[in-house]
Amino acid sequence: MPTTKQPTTPETDEKLTKKDLTADHPTWCPGCGDFAVLAAFFKVLEKLQIPHEKIVTIAGIGCSSRFPYFVNSHGLHFIHGRALPLASGVSLSRPDLHVFAFGGDGDGFSIGGNHLDHTARKNVNLTYVIMDNEVYGLTKKQTSPTSPIGFKSKTDPAGAVDRPINPMKKLVSNGATFVARTHAAQVKHMMDMFERAILHPGFSVVETLSECVVFHKGAFDDGNPRKGGEFELVEEKKWDGTPEDEERHDVTNEEAAYALASLTHPGKFGVFIEKDDVPTKNHLEAQWIDSAREKVGEATTAELLKKRFAIMK
Amino acid sequence: MSTPSTASSVEEEPASPDDAQLAQEDLRNAVIRFAGNSQDGIQTIGGFLARLAGRSAREVMTYMTIPSTISGGPSIFQVHLGSGEVLSAGDEADFLVAFYQHSYDDHIASLKDGGVCIYDSDHVEPVEGDERVHYVAVPITSTTIESIGGTAKDRGKNMFVLGLVTALFDLDRAKLAAIIERQFGKKSEDVLRNAMLAFDAGYSYPLGDVLGRAFNLKSGESTDEHRVTTDGNTALTYGLIAGGVRWGSGYPITPWSPIMETLRTELPKYGGMFLQAEDELAAISMALGEAYAGHLAVTGSSGPGLSLKMEALSYAVMAELPLVVINVQRGGPSTGLPTSVEQSDLMQAIYGSHGDTPRVILAPKNVEDCFYTAIEACHIAKAYSTPVIILTDQALATRIEAFEEPDFESLVVEPTLETQPRDADFVPYPFDGHTKHAPPGTKMKGGQYPVVTGLEHDEWGHPSANPETHQKMVNKRRDKIKRYGDTIPEPEVFGGDSGEVLLVGWGSTWGPIREATMREREAGRAVSAVHLRHLNPLPNGLPKIFEKFERVCVVELNDQGLYGNGQLATLLRARYCDEKITSLTKTDGLNFRIREILSGIQPLQAGA
Repeated sequence: MPTTKQPTTPETDEKLTKKDLTADHPTWCPGCGDFAVLAAFFKVLEKLQIPHEKIVTIAGIGCSSRFPYFVNSHGLHFIHGRALPLASGVSLSRPDLHVFAFGGDGDGFSIGGNHLDHTARKNVNLTYVIMDNEVYGLTKKQTSPTSPIGFKSKTDPAGAVDRPINPMKKLVSNGATFVARTHAAQVKHMMDMFERAILHPGFSVVETLSECVVFHKGAFDDGNPRKGGEFELVEEKKWDGTPEDEERHDVTNEEAAYALASLTHPGKFGVFIEKDDVPTKNHLEAQWIDSAREKVGEATTAELLKKRFAIMK
Repeated sequence: MSTPSTASSVEEEPASPDDAQLAQEDLRNAVIRFAGNSQDGIQTIGGFLARLAGRSAREVMTYMTIPSTISGGPSIFQVHLGSGEVLSAGDEADFLVAFYQHSYDDHIASLKDGGVCIYDSDHVEPVEGDERVHYVAVPITSTTIESIGGTAKDRGKNMFVLGLVTALFDLDRAKLAAIIERQFGKKSEDVLRNAMLAFDAGYSYPLGDVLGRAFNLKSGESTDEHRVTTDGNTALTYGLIAGGVRWGSGYPITPWSPIMETLRTELPKYGGMFLQAEDELAAISMALGEAYAGHLAVTGSSGPGLSLKMEALSYAVMAELPLVVINVQRGGPSTGLPTSVEQSDLMQAIYGSHGDTPRVILAPKNVEDCFYTAIEACHIAKAYSTPVIILTDQALATRIEAFEEPDFESLVVEPTLETQPRDADFVPYPFDGHTKHAPPGTKMKGGQYPVVTGLEHDEWGHPSANPETHQKMVNKRRDKIKRYGDTIPEPEVFGGDSGEVLLVGWGSTWGPIREATMREREAGRAVSAVHLRHLNPLPNGLPKIFEKFERVCVVELNDQGLYGNGQLATLLRARYCDEKITSLTKTDGLNFRIREILSGIQPLQAGA
């Protein structure tokens, strides 16, 4: 059975509040979508009451990767693109922790693209929030792996020519066991996605469209009703046997998720994939450790080493 | 057909040639070179002989070449057995066993004048009329096939040869049989039976009669039973475990892979795990994640992989995370010579990352030292919260030596997860004082939680580009490594405290340098040697040692570079501004031969 990420009850009556979790004032530009992501994250943590010291926030490099400085929890700000393998090391060696990785589209799909594939296929128990703004913001407007064709940037003054990555297709095809898509302007939906991601046993990813108001203004207006767009939700199957349920999305069906991912911008928002029956790497590795420990019984480290060296005599 | 039981075939002592009537020649040392193809299993029998030597209180050192192809190709295994100190695999062989014509052609020159060449007369035609060495023709292939029986083809030739050698040197057959049984008994009874049939056929072969003499390889004086025989990679791996490493991550590359394979298999028994990463970048990142999580973690690779890890290593210095990093050096640059030895990653280890990245570099001198260096690295990494790089190399990784079994009870360090609550005055990066991280899971009584970071930071780990803060933090990271440097014992001089030439070495060249020094001193020349295990920081006290010698010659396996000095020589010249420091280098993918060192230092000696 996969290990679950059900939060353990705090030992004391102290309630974890947004105030406890607030650290430095974010250095993001006024109006940045990432503020809403941070606020939603705080609210979900408040709701789930994960013990304060068990929360770990990890990020690579980018505007959104400044996240750990703005959360008062154990945190680590790593190098560009490698947040996931580092977070995997933390998660696999410390099953008692709740590991969160944050980052942007450059960190996740470009320099760190390989790690996303492998962390997904290994089903490492952690939650990854990608704040996708379809531009390199920290370095001031270069084309990113998700920038649309024709996007004018400092590296593509005449408009981007390379086809962008489709994050949802990538996540579905690399075997991630929880894949959701949300929009930073939809805080309630975002919170819902984060909560389900955190409670998912295994690798959970939330692709979050988060607007860069300075370098890619209006990029996600088409998914924002307040800006004249449409925020269309994925309707998940209720398994109620009704004829309308036939049309709804089965979150365990990769082909259906892939079809959802193929919709043109702004597409649909919600859970594309949710598979709870895939064993986590945490579980598989722990099983190996347990069986190995059982075999050696009460032997001390020195005794085990002695036994090993006896064969070399 | 009824087959003899496995047990009896091991225990039965077959008739061996009657040595009594043959001239017995006592040997203190023997260098035996087996030359064949990599699939002939000559590494296996070399390993058996080395293990037997270790169990018979003999000294042993091995040397092998393996083609870097997947299968096939010429391969040699050389075993140097001795009753005294064995410091090198031997410049020249006393005995050559040639399996094929190409083996004979390529290696006959490595046989000493008057040496013995045993060749497979089914495959080899030696040069007619060569009286430089003694030739013994043995139909190795056909006798092996005959002994095992029809279908076996020529597999088992290695065991036949092992039998030949056992009889020739009057080695302890019972001990050897036990070692073979342990190795092959795991596979199946058939494998063990065939191995023993071939071995016994070789043992009974009247080689002594053909050769007209037999040899008695003396056992060592010590009767100590606590000796183990293994290779450097294995010694290093168990040193890590003894030092408290339970977690790690890596990516396969020759010759580092055996370390990660063993860690992956072994660590679960000790409650940890070694993770195979998708690439070198992920490998060091995962290991840093484990380190951040509060464990003593290891990663490693060989040259190309270390290049890829350099950015994250710079992070480890900045973030002050403890990490043990292994570099099993091989021939470079680029993919280079994956199965050859070189010491050309020293500068990379010290300076390979961007920015000022003071870190600790250690280099083991022999197989035994691989074990102890690993433990030392674990201590330093933890005590100073710093990355520690161990520079070993392909030669150390694969060669087999015998040494005293370590005293595990006194050496073992049990890892602890230090998540006890921290007081309100805790800061992760105090300006004065050691960084000692509070791993996640630690309750912070003051309510403020630390950030570990690669940006320049204040004492709390928050980003700071303040000029004064940056200067103070650079000082802090440098000074802690300097403080560690002051704890390194001054190196010992081998030979005399003063004289004409001081040889300086590091890493796996320890043996040949020591043997060269002994030969020089026996010849009455004032040559001494000092061997550096600590390369960054360097130990104190070197100028005091250097001033007593007329010349200081740094012997190392890397290129002399654009300015005529090898990598350590360059560092020592820069550090001490001492013009008498000279450099002796080579990069042919092989370890130093004694005579190469002797002729290399000749120009430095009086009368040259």
